Amino acid sequence: MTLDNKYGVPTVALHTHVFEKVVESVNRVHGMPRAPRAFVPQPVMGKTAAQLRAYIEGKDPITGRPVMQEVIEGLTQPIDDAEILNEKLAYAATPRLVDADSEDNLQQMFLDKNWTDKLPIVLPTEKRVKEMLAHTSHKPDEVVGHMRSTHFRDYWEYTVEKVAVNAVMAGARPEYFPVILALASTGVTARGSTSSSAAAMVVVNGPIRNEIKMNSGTGAMGPFNHANATIGRAYGLLSQNGQGSSVPGVTYMGSQGNNYAYNNVTFAENEERSPWTPFHVEQGFKPTDSTVSVFTGCRSTAFTLGVRETYWREHVRSMLRGLDAHSQPTFLLDPITARQFIDRGGFDTKEKLIEWAYENSLMAAKEYWDYQLIQNYILPRATFGEEPYASKLKAAPDEMVHIFKAKEIHVIVVGGETNGYWRIMDCNYQKTVSVDKWR
Amino acid sequence: MSTEKLAVLNPVGYPPKITAKQLAPRLDSLDGKTVYLVDPRFDDSGLFLRQLQSWFADNMPSVKTKFIEMNNVYTKDDPVTWEKIKADGDAAIVGVGH
Repeated sequence: MTLDNKYGVPTVALHTHVFEKVVESVNRVHGMPRAPRAFVPQPVMGKTAAQLRAYIEGKDPITGRPVMQEVIEGLTQPIDDAEILNEKLAYAATPRLVDADSEDNLQQMFLDKNWTDKLPIVLPTEKRVKEMLAHTSHKPDEVVGHMRSTHFRDYWEYTVEKVAVNAVMAGARPEYFPVILALASTGVTARGSTSSSAAAMVVVNGPIRNEIKMNSGTGAMGPFNHANATIGRAYGLLSQNGQGSSVPGVTYMGSQGNNYAYNNVTFAENEERSPWTPFHVEQGFKPTDSTVSVFTGCRSTAFTLGVRETYWREHVRSMLRGLDAHSQPTFLLDPITARQFIDRGGFDTKEKLIEWAYENSLMAAKEYWDYQLIQNYILPRATFGEEPYASKLKAAPDEMVHIFKAKEIHVIVVGGETNGYWRIMDCNYQKTVSVDKWR
Repeated sequence: MSTEKLAVLNPVGYPPKITAKQLAPRLDSLDGKTVYLVDPRFDDSGLFLRQLQSWFADNMPSVKTKFIEMNNVYTKDDPVTWEKIKADGDAAIVGVGH
């Protein structure tokens, strides 16, 4: 679209057919609803040259017209500019209130409009929203942030009041509101539209954990604590509504979906039982600061029990190798396991464990570069000189290369010491922000 | 029977403003023109575009096609590539992306 509109080069975009509604929607929000395009069948990935040629010589599965006829017409047939510029492209305004004749019908309206996660919500009445707003010093009309579901869309805006509405819907108590506002202020969506079906993860640190009775111990990542459950749910609802929508096939394209997204793996770090520095202090905050940290891209989890005396290195290497090469591993360690890592490996700081994990995550270069996500997202950066990828690209096919970057590996302590189970979550650290600022 | 409505607050954020944009003037014909085939480097898109290039050679040999890879991942803007196409080409086909 940029090439066509900004650089004046007539352009046709080719897409796979499952993205029809996305393409239509994205073209529209960019003010070019008639930008020429054609569709070929999904998938392109993994097809032979002959199969791809058949796509090109075949028909557009959306329109039923020959693909190449559409491509050539898209480059040569005049487009009526005056007609485009007169089209009504604006989004509908967002009224402050919506109504219905019963609570049941309001619940149904919220479901029908895709404003929920398909579980019942608490209706955001004026009274409930006002109670939520009473737990921050910030004014209701203050803009908290902006979100969008993908790189290809424009940002939507939300205020303190909008965050409060979604917090009420999630069932959050007013005293949780500063944490939810802090999450909203990150601008990081928990409803990204990646076809990889990623969810978010939320880690709370500092005094607020105990003030609002968050769980960092037994069952911390499960459905057993009101604050953990509803703060994470509020973040998800705020994301999908704050960014306009999260509708499968239009603004959400996660192929398989992800049930981590119901509450975005929200928990508190077990600072009291951890032998190491709390996560927020590693990020430059004081121990007495209350913070929330956001991770995205949560898809896969590897787990095991304990850190065995003889073969723990092999076990951990196998867990790391089980992640996609484009992952960023975060160790989620029960306090028992954290202390075992100190006993077995001498890792008296998180940094030492991270460095060990980095040094021991290795793969043959030929295998690394063949991963589809590495091809999509790392190879382009490597071929145009970005380090450390450019150097890694020079490795001989059988040379062992580091899979991850040390700075992208993280360690968090959580769990109630009922046993030494632990996990590695594949997720991307985004940022840590102050909760205190939103009190 | 009461017709009183129950009102609650709308959870949806505030949308961005959309401004309609003009597209580039289209060509009269592709004969003798240079068409860039732009590879966003996503999910084997390069293999697809090589087949597209082959189709032009077989079916429209008067069209000169040039294959070009984007300078970065497809999520990033790429003004260097766009400037090159503008200076050296007449049209472009981008694909296959989402």
